[in-house]
Amino acid sequence: MQTNLGQAAPRTFSERMLRGRWIGKVMLVALLAYAAWAVGRQAVQAPALFMEQVKNGLQLGFVYAMIALGYTMVYGIVRLINFAHGDVFMVGAFVSYFAISRVNLHLWLASLMPGLPEGLSLLVGTVTVILLAMVTCAFLAVVIERVAYKPLRTAPRISALITAIGVSFFLEYFGALDFVFSPDFITYQRPFPVQVWYIKGGIHPLVPGSEVPAGSVLFSNIFIIIALTSIFLLIGLNFIVRRTKVGRAMRAVAYDKPTARLMGINVDGIISITFAIGAALAGAGGVLYAIAFPSIVFWMGIIPGLKAFVAAVLGGIGSIPGAFLGAMIMGQAETLSAAYISTPMRDAIAFAILILVLLVRPTGILGETEREKA
Amino acid sequence: MARRLDRNTVLFFGGALVLFAVVQVLISVGVLTDYYSNILRIGAVMAIVSLGLNLIYGFNGQFSLGQWGFYAIGAYAAADLTYRWKLHDASGVAVLLMVVLLVGVALWGLGRLLSKIRGLDILSAFGLYLVAVFAAAVVGVRLGGLLTGPLTSVLTALPAGLASQIVFFIAIILGGLVAAEVAYLFGLPVLTLGSDYFGIATLGLTVIVKVLLDNSDTMFGFEEMKGARGMIGIPHQTTWAWVFFFLMIVVVVTRNLLHSSEGRAIISVREDEIASKAMGINVANYKTLTFVLGSLFAGIAGALYAHINGFLHPDNFNFIRSFDPMIIIVFGGLGSVTGTVTAAFGWAILLEGVLRLFLPSGFETWRFVVYPLLLLIMMLLRPSGLLGGVELPFLKQLMPPLRAAAKRPEGAKGGQA
Repeated sequence: MQTNLGQAAPRTFSERMLRGRWIGKVMLVALLAYAAWAVGRQAVQAPALFMEQVKNGLQLGFVYAMIALGYTMVYGIVRLINFAHGDVFMVGAFVSYFAISRVNLHLWLASLMPGLPEGLSLLVGTVTVILLAMVTCAFLAVVIERVAYKPLRTAPRISALITAIGVSFFLEYFGALDFVFSPDFITYQRPFPVQVWYIKGGIHPLVPGSEVPAGSVLFSNIFIIIALTSIFLLIGLNFIVRRTKVGRAMRAVAYDKPTARLMGINVDGIISITFAIGAALAGAGGVLYAIAFPSIVFWMGIIPGLKAFVAAVLGGIGSIPGAFLGAMIMGQAETLSAAYISTPMRDAIAFAILILVLLVRPTGILGETEREKA
Repeated sequence: MARRLDRNTVLFFGGALVLFAVVQVLISVGVLTDYYSNILRIGAVMAIVSLGLNLIYGFNGQFSLGQWGFYAIGAYAAADLTYRWKLHDASGVAVLLMVVLLVGVALWGLGRLLSKIRGLDILSAFGLYLVAVFAAAVVGVRLGGLLTGPLTSVLTALPAGLASQIVFFIAIILGGLVAAEVAYLFGLPVLTLGSDYFGIATLGLTVIVKVLLDNSDTMFGFEEMKGARGMIGIPHQTTWAWVFFFLMIVVVVTRNLLHSSEGRAIISVREDEIASKAMGINVANYKTLTFVLGSLFAGIAGALYAHINGFLHPDNFNFIRSFDPMIIIVFGGLGSVTGTVTAAFGWAILLEGVLRLFLPSGFETWRFVVYPLLLLIMMLLRPSGLLGGVELPFLKQLMPPLRAAAKRPEGAKGGQA
């Protein structure tokens, strides 16, 4: 499309009509109105079901946010789309699986101090499992970064991208070997028993085997744990990036690497730390995802990784609040379109939303506009 | 106008002919079994897809991950035509012919019309194009329905073998054209995005196409495509001669395009968009031209692929696979036609041949462990590709070298993705 610099701004109504700028906006509004109508009509009919879907969307959104942050931080700092990130997420889920079902790591406090209340010791155990997955993933990501990405830092960006795809394939198919993880689906054992509540004029615990009253909203401790863990980690990340010296160094490196180096910042170290933090979040996301959907397989990271990546782009890649916002939008879009518009089309709808947003805001919702550089 | 054939041209076509004849003889004699000729055909198909992507990314600098989506569109479109013709029903040919024709006319006509309106934003233009294409497609389906009867009788009157080859040829061309028209429509808004955002939007196209194919039977009424179960019963019509013929056409078209003034403009867009604009090059037009042409190649390759095994499954068109052509062109060396073709054949032979046949027993599952390791090692040792800068003399002729990306300042944005 040609740009039309040097043209006078339209004055009258008919001139504006002839410019035709309204056509696209009208179509966009019509599309949004249709989507709102399709969702809203059924939401009014069955508000409890709608609330349930929103809750599921939140749950998914939190997990996507955990992954999307890694994408966005790494992109912000080295301009690399780290396609191996989804597989780091998978490794997190598998590490927690082995820790729980082989080593019984979630029971360590209970076996050490049997006197403690069960809930408390299981909570500590779950947190330990999540921490273990985070540490393992962070370590893995640093190794990947050192071996595969660092030697290519001055090469064309496409080389690093191809390498990232190679690492992704390697993690998947190495994990699929019999003696590593497994080529099959594995049933994931949750580190805590599931407790379900329903909301209908107050919160009541659901006794297993009893009827759920019609028109009530169900929620479980899975949702609470996912929401609390993610919020806690997000606050922690925000603190690291905004308040600490490392965070300031990260922002400086993201802004201008040569100058950051001149200011005495260890650029390579900061890049490694960024990879580690992103991967730690993905590892936690992997555990949470496995807790929510307890069936794990070596390729489980591909689709959530892609969705989270889309979320990061939707919010404006390189922007941390953007990644969170994008993840929330993706979570809602996925559950609501699956529930009310079309289940098999939900991936297509997610990408259609992305493309539409990019058409309106070419660098994502909160993305900074691209600076022209010589 | 008589033009002296230059030596390189004669050598190139002579060499190609000899290569073709040797392989053809080996296949006919039976030295190359079906399995090996399959690998060669897949290699040629991958070479065509990758040449399309090389045009888009290697020469024009647009980081596209949508190549695999266009490949899928071409494959399914062509497979549907030949499948229907196998049942003596020319409706596929008639309908798709009319749809492609009318949509083409609609796109062209609307383009002329909209170029008169100054200040139309992309979103509005895209919306108008969508409406026009939809209307043209509906009319095309109706007209195609009317044309079906006569076309069926004409084709039935021909000898059966000839008719099926004609239908196959039409199917390949139409498959390519459908992909090209989708690329035009999709590229219109998306090509204005910055490099990485363009890549992600085109990745989105691949995912959307895959989802649509998954639901082709339940939601769109293409019973014969069988949705997520996979389409079977496509005639096996892709011979070595067909793939080689189309590969040669694609190579020659690419070479001639790049040596024309349009080709220079395409390359200058890769080097520096702003400078090209300042030199009076219509950047948007050349981006669209390359994207459409690259997708046309992808569609043709898809059509050829569909008729190799006679089986298509949406999983073949998963977005993960859309990195395959990207890997091939990076290995062959971005902006090298020779390198791309070599790498495509090498890729097919490595992945389908060597790693399948020569891994020790018990290590079959290691195929995709070895492959990424090789990828990593090659990438770390030769980040600029295996044959970067090497080119056959016929294809070479004053090809400007890729700008040395290594010398660019860190963190610089631009054409490189």
